[in-house]
Amino acid sequence: MENAFIKTENLSFSYENGDGGENAVLYDINLEIEKGAFVAILGHNGSGKSTLAKLLNMILTPTGGKIYIDGTDITKPDMSEKDIIDLRSKIGMVFQNPDNQLVATIVEEDVAFGPENLGVEPAEIRRRVDEALATVGMTKYARHSPHQLSGGQKQRVAIAGAIAMLPECIVFDESTAMLDPMGRAEVMNTIEKLNREKNITVLHITHNMNEALCADRVIVMSDGRIILDGVPDEVFSHVEELKSVGLGVPQAAELMYSLSKNGIEIGKITGDENKCAQKLFDLINEK
Amino acid sequence: MIKDITIGQYFPGESVLHHLDPRTKLLLTVLYIVILFMAKSMLAFILIVLLTAALIPISGISFKVIAKSLKPLLFIIIFTMTLNLFFTKGEGEPLLSFWIINIYKEGVSFAIYMIVRIICLITGTGVILTYTTSPIQLTDGIEQLLAPLSKIKLPVHEFAMMMSCALRFIPTLVEETDKIMSAQKARGADFTSGSLIRRAKAIIPILIPLFVSAFRRADELAVAMECRCYHGGEGRTRMNSLHFSARDLLVTLVFVLFGAGVVLLNIFTRGIGIGI
Ligand SMILES: Nc1ncnc2c1ncn2[C@@H]1O[C@H](COP(=O)(O)OP(=O)(O)OP(=O)(O)O)[C@@H](O)[C@H]1O
Ligand SMILES: [Mg+2]
Repeated sequence: MENAFIKTENLSFSYENGDGGENAVLYDINLEIEKGAFVAILGHNGSGKSTLAKLLNMILTPTGGKIYIDGTDITKPDMSEKDIIDLRSKIGMVFQNPDNQLVATIVEEDVAFGPENLGVEPAEIRRRVDEALATVGMTKYARHSPHQLSGGQKQRVAIAGAIAMLPECIVFDESTAMLDPMGRAEVMNTIEKLNREKNITVLHITHNMNEALCADRVIVMSDGRIILDGVPDEVFSHVEELKSVGLGVPQAAELMYSLSKNGIEIGKITGDENKCAQKLFDLINEK
Repeated sequence: MIKDITIGQYFPGESVLHHLDPRTKLLLTVLYIVILFMAKSMLAFILIVLLTAALIPISGISFKVIAKSLKPLLFIIIFTMTLNLFFTKGEGEPLLSFWIINIYKEGVSFAIYMIVRIICLITGTGVILTYTTSPIQLTDGIEQLLAPLSKIKLPVHEFAMMMSCALRFIPTLVEETDKIMSAQKARGADFTSGSLIRRAKAIIPILIPLFVSAFRRADELAVAMECRCYHGGEGRTRMNSLHFSARDLLVTLVFVLFGAGVVLLNIFTRGIGIGI
């Protein structure tokens, strides 16, 4: 892949723990993600997903290896403060708890926070804020206070805040985890729209298998390593491997796995419900 | 129950006072307080009461709200009144005297002036500033007014950012306090009976989780802010920058005229004996 937007080479990271020792969290991560991709990242608690995300925009600095963003080596020692700001405007992040990432007491002021930090002209900030709020469908709430909004709405405001910096990539770190099914659907629709219509590269960290099925590519992490990487169908056919690292699989894959374990010839396991239904249909027809 | 507490009571509206620049309002508040404490004669006081009374309907804030805001001060008002009434020594015969207490004419007028002063102070600063200015405008105004101080390396921007983050998190933390209290009550905690010390002790199991969560929130917020390119006040622009308009000048002029009126009345009424 020549035009990889994100590329890591033997990336490793350890946190320093209290007594001066080191707590290794990521080992030798080699990863390439092209522009415009929609990648889901799965992994059990503590597998290093958030750490990987925070390395990409220099909230954390790697202890080994290299990271290239859009062709630039961000681990080089002469990164100036301006380079870091540039990098962070390219890679937006949306976190789990909507309450802890909104800064201002009014929705539109919050969306303006990023561009304001970048020193954008007031008229241009206004334009970006209006556009970002329209993209996430929150124009009506521009003058509201965040605490009057539902979880899904708050999370959409946080997404608007990231979009207003005109990023090329947005990392969602379990951004749907604290939401009810309605809020989840709202946020997932917004994410898919951004990926399709604005061609924003999406890294979606999640514990929800159905959300992972929406992606073009799924990366599975365990104990600081990438253990599976591929299109959802391919990844979810490794049911046993996924189970052994404490992850579930989509219901369709679970069903096909049980059937094949009980000696029913079902072919390749997939997470896709329609494909699964088709196979069952064929199977019944054959009999 | 704790949700009823409103801090920084702002009442949105469209009045002239709402549309003034927050910097003007901050300056007017100072000016108003100065005028209030300069007044030394009855006529000067009447002038100020007129000004304050006129500001209330102009601001569109209801009298009920004002009355409510004065209620917690009732004790202080009565206390100062009594103090002034009983302990002011005047010339001439006391108006009333029994046991060791003598009430003089001067004491009565002093007490009245003091009450008028306190009521005007609360009402005036309320309608000029706190009721008619949103918290964001207020912090923006303070930041801009204090901006010259950053030349001598005072962290003005950081201070303003801290204030606005605090204002942003008040509702969140209030909600959280409510939740923790309910959780503790469900475990049998009792916050409403027993001695003062017992009740104070019952607060500790609320404060500790509240602090822990506030620190965790602060940590997450800091990362989120960094992700959105926050790097201090340097090179930062604002979407809604503040603008002075003709309105600001006009209202300031009115206040200055009132100030001048008070000074003149001070000087001229003194001679004819209505001064204090
Ligand atoms: N600030 C920190 N200091 C020290 N160790 C940390 C810190 N943050 C995380 N860790 C450790 O690093 C490991 C990976 O954490 P990380 O947050 O990246 O996991 P994760 O995959 O995002 O998990 P989750 O699904 O729970 O969010 C964990 O073992 C955690 O204990
Ligand atoms: Mg995480």
